[in-house]
Amino acid sequence: MSGHSTYEPKTGLERWLDSRLPIIRFAKDTAIDFPTPKNLNYWWTFGGILALMLGIQIVTGIVLAMHYVPHVDYAFNSVERIRRDVNYGWLIQFMHANGASMFFLAVYVHIFRNLYYGSYKAPREVLWILGCIIYLLMIITAFMGYVLPWGQMSFHGAVVITNLIGAIPVVGPSVTTWLWGGFAVDDPTLNRFFSLHYLMPFVIAGVVILHIWALHVPGNNNPKGVDVKSAEDTVPFHPYYTVKDGFAISVFLLMYAAFVFYMPDALGDAINYVKANPLVTPQHIVPEWYLLPFYAILRAVPNKLMGVIAMGLAIGTLFVLPWLDTSKVRSMRYRPTARLWLGIFFIACLILGWCGANPPDEPVIGHAPSGLIFLDADINSFVWLSRIASLYYFAYFWLITPLLGLFETPLPVPEGISEPVLSHPAAAPAGSVAAPEKRG
Amino acid sequence: MADTAVGATSDPHASGDDPSRRDFIHIAAAAAAGGAVVGLAWPLIDQMNPAGDTLALASIEFDLGKIEPGGHVTIKWRGKPLFIRNRTPAEITAAIKDDHADMRDPATDESRHKPGKAEWLVLVGTCTHLGCVPTFNGGEYGGWFCPCHGSVYDTSGRIRKGPAPKNLEVPTYAFLSDTKIKVG
Repeated sequence: MSGHSTYEPKTGLERWLDSRLPIIRFAKDTAIDFPTPKNLNYWWTFGGILALMLGIQIVTGIVLAMHYVPHVDYAFNSVERIRRDVNYGWLIQFMHANGASMFFLAVYVHIFRNLYYGSYKAPREVLWILGCIIYLLMIITAFMGYVLPWGQMSFHGAVVITNLIGAIPVVGPSVTTWLWGGFAVDDPTLNRFFSLHYLMPFVIAGVVILHIWALHVPGNNNPKGVDVKSAEDTVPFHPYYTVKDGFAISVFLLMYAAFVFYMPDALGDAINYVKANPLVTPQHIVPEWYLLPFYAILRAVPNKLMGVIAMGLAIGTLFVLPWLDTSKVRSMRYRPTARLWLGIFFIACLILGWCGANPPDEPVIGHAPSGLIFLDADINSFVWLSRIASLYYFAYFWLITPLLGLFETPLPVPEGISEPVLSHPAAAPAGSVAAPEKRG
Repeated sequence: MADTAVGATSDPHASGDDPSRRDFIHIAAAAAAGGAVVGLAWPLIDQMNPAGDTLALASIEFDLGKIEPGGHVTIKWRGKPLFIRNRTPAEITAAIKDDHADMRDPATDESRHKPGKAEWLVLVGTCTHLGCVPTFNGGEYGGWFCPCHGSVYDTSGRIRKGPAPKNLEVPTYAFLSDTKIKVG
C-alpha cells in the first residue's frame, strides 16, 4: 500500500524542494492520498483523537511549567496560584488534568478496538508493540504528573508506587533510594519527576511517529479484518477520513469540554486538595481511575513481590498477544465465541477497576463479611473479587485466546472489503463502483 | 457507513453535490474550527501576562518618617528600584534654578514633585537609556549618574548629559498622610 507516490510537483519551487527534501511528497503520501480501507467505522477515529490529546497535553503542559514550582514548599501553592491568579490558569490546569483522563479513555477504546478487530495480528505485530510501549510510557508519565501538585494523594501515591520497586530481591532497596534521591519521597524526588514528566511526552511523540510509520507499511486493518485487495477497496485519507476523524474529534472534544467546564474535579480525589504531609497517610490510597485495574491486580496477590510481578505481567502480557492468538481470523465479527470471551474480559477489567477503587477488606455484598477466611482474606471482600477478575484477566490471554483459535468455528469470512457490496442484489453493475472518491 | 450505498445508481444524497450548499458547509466548518482555534489561542497567550497576585502587589505603601533631610532610600517596587529622596533646600534651589536651562526632556522641578512637598522626590530608579540603576551623587549636576553609559541626571532626576533620552520617571503616587505615600 505504501511505496508508491502520486505526488507531482507543479511549480519550479516544488520541484527544487522535492529533489532536496521531499517533505511535500511525504505529507501528501501519508496524510492526503494515503489509501485507506473504505469501510472503517468510528472506532477507527480514536487514533486521530489520541494524536490530538497528546498535542493538547504537550501544549498545556508547557504553559503550566511556566508557572509551576517543583519544590516541596512551593509546589502545592504554585498549582493553586495557577488556578486562581494566572490568567486563564484555571482553564489550562483543568484541561491538562482532565486531558490525562481523556487521553486514557481514548487509548482504552483504541486498545479494545484492536482486540475486537484483531488489528494486532500479522503483519501488524510491530505496530501493536509500539502501541504497547506508548501505553506504558503514558502510565509512567501520568503517574509522575500526578505527583507534581504535591497533594496528599500525590505524595502518598508516590510513596506506595516507588515502594513497589523495593520488592525486587537484593537490589530493590538501593534502587528505591536511588529513585528517591534520599531516604523518602522528598524534594529531590519531586524535582526529577518534574524533569522526567516534561521529557516523556516528547519520547511518546517519537514513538508515535514510529507507530504511524509501522501503520503505513501494511496499512490500516478494517472492520472485516480482511486484506485490501485492490484500489477499489480504498479511498484516499483526505477528505474521507480527515472529515470522519474531524467529526469524531468534535464530539470527543464536547465531552472533554463538559468535564473541563462543568465538573473539573469529578475524576480527581478531593484529598489531593490537602497539601502533602509525610507524617499522615490518608485513610484510603487510590490511583487515578485509569490505573485502578492494575492496582486491584497488585492487591489481589498476598505476597509483595508476587503482587508487583503480577501487575507488571498484566501490562507485559499485552506485548506478546500477537503470538498468543492462534486464530487466523482477525475480526471478531466472524468469531462469535471469541466475541463472548472478549465481552467477559471487558467486564473483568471494569470489575478490577471497581475493586481498585474500594478498600480491599470491604465486603462486596451486604455490609458484613462472610466469616469464611481463605488465603488470608474473607470470601466476601474486594480482595477475593479482584482475585477472581485477575485470574480471568490472565486466563483470557494465556489460556482462552490460544485455545479459541484451535477449537472455535468462525463464521465465513468475506473474500474482500468490497465483496458484500458487489454481491448485493440491489447493487449497480461492478463497473460503476470504481473510484468513488471521484464523486463531487 | 462507507461500505453501503457507494456506487448505487440512485444516490439519495445527490443534492449534496449542489455547489452552493457544499460551499456553505465548507465555510461554516472552517469558520467554526477557526473560531475554536482563536478562542483557545488567546488563553494560551494571555497566561503569560501578569497574574492576579502579581497585579495585587503592584502598589505599595511607604512611611517617609524614616528618612532624614538629605537622606535617600531605595526600595523595590514592581521588581524595580524606586528612589525616594528627602531633598535639602540647596538641592531644591539648584533644581529650580535650572528649570529653563537647555534640556533634552524639558520639565520644571515643580512638575516633578507633589504640590507643597518639594522636598520629596520619588523616582523609578532605572536609567531611561537601557535600564541600569544610576547611583546618587555622581556627575556634575549633583544628582544621579548611570555607570553603564554615563548618563547624568540632576537633583530633580532630569537628564542633563549622556545617552539617556528621558528624565527619570516619576511613578504614579499619592500622599495618604503627611508621612505616608502609596506608589502605584
